[in-house]
Amino acid sequence: MTKENITAEKQFLTPFNVVAGIILLVGAVITILRFTKGIGAVTNLDNNNPWGLWIGFDLMCGVALAAGGYVTSSACYVFGLKKYHSAVRPAILTAFLGYALVVFALHYDVGRPWRLPYPIFYSQGTSSLLFEVGLCVFLYLTVLFVEWTPAAFEWLGFKKIRAWVVRLTMVLTIFGVVLSTLHQSSLGALFQIAPSKLHPLWYSGYLHVYFFISSMFAGMSMVIFEGTLAHKWLHHKMDETHLAEAEGVVLGFGKAASFVMMGYIGIKLIGLAVDNNWHYLTTGWGLWFLVELVGFVLFPAILYGMGAREKNTTFIRIAAFWTVLGIILNRLNISVIAFNYHLPSADRYVPSFMEVGTTIFIVTIGLVVYKFIATRMPILYEHPDYKEHH
Amino acid sequence: MAISRRKFLTSMGAVIGAGTTGTLTKAYGATKTGFKGYPESFGVLHDITRCIGCRKCEQACNDVNKLDKPERPFDDLKVLDQKRRTDEAVYTVVNKFSGTPDVFVKKQCNHCQEPACASACFVKALKKDKTGAVVYDESLCVGCRYCMVACPFNIPAYTYNDPLSPKVTKCTLCLPRIQEGKLPGCVEICPKEALVFGKRKDLIKIAWKRITQSPGHYIEHVYGEHEMGGTSWLYLSGAPFEKVGMREDLGNTPAPELTSGALGTVPIVVGLWPVLLTGVYAISKRKEKIADEERKEAVQKATDLATAEMNKQLSQLKNKLTKEKDTAIKTEVKKALDAAAKKAAEAAKAVEKPLAAEDAADDDTGNEEE
Ligand code: SF4
Ligand code: SF4
Ligand code: SF4
Repeated sequence: MTKENITAEKQFLTPFNVVAGIILLVGAVITILRFTKGIGAVTNLDNNNPWGLWIGFDLMCGVALAAGGYVTSSACYVFGLKKYHSAVRPAILTAFLGYALVVFALHYDVGRPWRLPYPIFYSQGTSSLLFEVGLCVFLYLTVLFVEWTPAAFEWLGFKKIRAWVVRLTMVLTIFGVVLSTLHQSSLGALFQIAPSKLHPLWYSGYLHVYFFISSMFAGMSMVIFEGTLAHKWLHHKMDETHLAEAEGVVLGFGKAASFVMMGYIGIKLIGLAVDNNWHYLTTGWGLWFLVELVGFVLFPAILYGMGAREKNTTFIRIAAFWTVLGIILNRLNISVIAFNYHLPSADRYVPSFMEVGTTIFIVTIGLVVYKFIATRMPILYEHPDYKEHH
Repeated sequence: MAISRRKFLTSMGAVIGAGTTGTLTKAYGATKTGFKGYPESFGVLHDITRCIGCRKCEQACNDVNKLDKPERPFDDLKVLDQKRRTDEAVYTVVNKFSGTPDVFVKKQCNHCQEPACASACFVKALKKDKTGAVVYDESLCVGCRYCMVACPFNIPAYTYNDPLSPKVTKCTLCLPRIQEGKLPGCVEICPKEALVFGKRKDLIKIAWKRITQSPGHYIEHVYGEHEMGGTSWLYLSGAPFEKVGMREDLGNTPAPELTSGALGTVPIVVGLWPVLLTGVYAISKRKEKIADEERKEAVQKATDLATAEMNKQLSQLKNKLTKEKDTAIKTEVKKALDAAAKKAAEAAKAVEKPLAAEDAADDDTGNEEE
């Protein structure tokens, strides 16, 4: 064995690759089980709990956390905050991967995944909010794909077609915001049809508004959080502009997030007042509700505010991570934890190991693909040939 | 027109006969607003006070729908000791609520007037039929199970263990039998007339008649008359409904109305967002442009100033130079003039002496010219 071979092997057997490899292997086994033995063989879903972790995390959290795409591109292109330009590409890539994985995960969850195009092309159930979600996610995934292609074209050296796509930026961005507004809010509105099943503290006629507003700070926090990770692992892939603008992005998004979160807390309180649900706050569920609202929204919002005022990016980075956790908690509360709250504990749902395994598997696929793309294509840096095109 | 097993009128076949020719099979998806159920639709009135928990209805349901036979036979009444719900192989269950006397309640799809499940289905696999039945079309179903999330009565079940063709299962109101002019399986077999089939509007009248005719026997409420916008199955009970496993907190709002607000925002978002965003874009562009112009103007001003300054300096320099030059020239000229005058004086002196020599020189030049 030559020296080169040994180093190549060493490079390949990094801890990341080894762990990812094991997870992918386990995932493959579960996948085979799922598609040969059925959903029942791998999940703890039952007739009372038709939606579990795969919807609660993979769909609900996946879509919310992929909101960075529309938030960043609209900040940069619509609101003309050009200083966020270097954050757009990574945000678009994450969003695209996020949505692609959401759709991928749905193939595990729905009974007959090969019929997933039905609601769009074959039999439209327009009275359903899930129809709206499906249509918008489908269209938005297409938009994100197109928005991402310039990076691939630069990598491949297709200048003409790249220039053509770049000219669509504005239209795509506006289209993206419209679609995001619709499906982010509809995801919340899905649960408006079941007032008897979702705990009153979480159920509200404003669920769609809550989901939309929270998707904004979810997106911003995710951009910061993901930037932090990228800085740690892919620092060498970043160019001067990206590194120089990174702090501005962190401070700007941190400040914006703290404002939006305060607004969110405000409308949540209004919602409580409208439905007169104050008395629930003294119950166990009320405590849990406060943990979510105070511990995972108010607290990081304050931290964001402090970080922005004192220009302390560490505060902001912690707040971003905290907020991401808070969004996950909120989405899981609505779709799984506070859903079916009235059922006796024996009938409640707890995800199976294989469901958790599948979710980890899907997140890992996302990381591996992100790494593959970000180490090859001009995501964290500008391609030297296209610098002047802003 | 209310019919129990014995009083079944064949004339009804005429009414339903239309179903076989197709008009009744025409189904309608849930509309967003204003739909209050088909006026001529059928339903079943379940008088809980008459039910003895014999489970014959469960058996009939199993037979007519050709479902898997359960492990424990239908005459095993010990099954009633456990609370059960509908599942993939059981479209209806009878539950026992202990008391004096024990109360038995049959449970199945209520065939809502404005079904939550149908309004939730994103491929219209569930529809409210004109007969009143909420029917399921397996050939469309994607298996998202949102219908199960939506159903306020927790009725639809899913065949989770079927890898290739899983489906939603629930009571069909025996629509195929109704279309043949027959009664639903459970209604036909019930020995105690605890189940009555008929037009929903007639059943409501019968229910209220029973309530008024036997004071104290019933709770004064027909469950299903208004719940969630009304259901095709209606219930009479002697015990509070909440006590016999039927939720009283569902409200009367039909399911489609619960989501109509959110759906209503779609046209607003689609219509207004692009306009607003383009506006914001224009403003930010304009801001940029103004900033750009201002920058340019400032630069222009600075350049102008600088140029002016430079010009001033230049002209000053020029002036100075000219002045200096002038003086220099003047002195030079003066010098030259002086020198010239001197020379001229000298020349004048010289001219007077060698006149002859000059003449000779003149001739030379003349020759050369020729
Ligand atoms: S009871 Fe449930 S399944 Fe039956 S029609 Fe109503 S919502 Fe649909
Ligand atoms: S599971 Fe089938 S019937 Fe139920 S909502 Fe989804 S597609 Fe419609
Ligand atoms: S057949 Fe009639 S009496 Fe017997 S359990 Fe069913 S509804 Fe009750």
